[in-house]
Amino acid sequence: MVDIKPIILLALVAIIVIVPFTMYGGLGEDEGYFGGADGEASDVIEETGYEPWFSSIWEPPSGEIESLLFALQAAIGAIIIGYVLGYYKGQDSMKNKKQKK
Amino acid sequence: MHIMEGFLPWEWCLLWYLISIPVVAYGVIRIKRITDEKPETKPLLAVSGAFMFVLSSLKLPSVTGSCSHPTGNGLGAVLFGPAVASVMAAIVLVFQALLLAHGGLTTLGANIFSMGIVGPVVAWLVFKGIKKIGWGPSIGIFFAALLGNWLTYITTALQLSLAFPIPTFGEAIVKFMVIFAYTQVPLAIAEGLVTVVIFDYIKKRRPDILKKLKVIGPEEEERIEEAGVA
Repeated sequence: MVDIKPIILLALVAIIVIVPFTMYGGLGEDEGYFGGADGEASDVIEETGYEPWFSSIWEPPSGEIESLLFALQAAIGAIIIGYVLGYYKGQDSMKNKKQKK
Repeated sequence: MHIMEGFLPWEWCLLWYLISIPVVAYGVIRIKRITDEKPETKPLLAVSGAFMFVLSSLKLPSVTGSCSHPTGNGLGAVLFGPAVASVMAAIVLVFQALLLAHGGLTTLGANIFSMGIVGPVVAWLVFKGIKKIGWGPSIGIFFAALLGNWLTYITTALQLSLAFPIPTFGEAIVKFMVIFAYTQVPLAIAEGLVTVVIFDYIKKRRPDILKKLKVIGPEEEERIEEAGVA
């Protein structure tokens, strides 16, 4: 039997992520949408006249490189999760096979 | 929740470092003890860390029109305790500070405090509290992850308001709360839901390990075993 609980939960997550796109359809970064909240906070601080006293040692040279590194971060995590959960599933099915014999 | 490099006066950087370092150090000792005493929990430790890695790399849009991200700190905190989650958060934040210019080395202590200490402590307490009143562990993990995420961002807003009480602390906090707290609500709910999915899967496959970590009680394990046989 397929367990539908995770499917429902993940569908809800998808809806939560999609709703903003439909709310602000057609708007982009130039209109001030879909920027990072972290950046917004920094802007507020800079408005007070504060000068950051230290800047990043290295910054991704372009948006492409940045998404490469973000994708890499997600991939590293995902492969570990998939490996371990798959291993657990395999252990379970081996156990079940033995019980049937 | 990343306070950008250089965006905190140095006194505050120092203060947050002083608070965070002992917690992370204690977390390292905890990890050593857990892996020595219960080596079978190692894969789950890897999963919790990896889960934080994945979630904190996803920047999601929110209904306020700006983007922010999940923190993934609830799972590790509930399974292994908040100090262990602090170590995981420290690793993620160093990665992002060095390679992605998200957060920074000077603000690392402050960011560890929000994502690695306040968030996980809240998640851990919420999970314990819900267990105590007798609700199921799935509900517990949902609220643990949700509040762990949300409080991480509230903490960032507080940290910024403390460092920049311009013109007053009260006005600053309103400003930063608008940026962080509202944006974060839908994302915190999403994080709660995703954490329930992975937690349920672990619970279904390896209730024995969760029991060993005292995440679920013996009654819960029996219930899962029965459901598995039926």
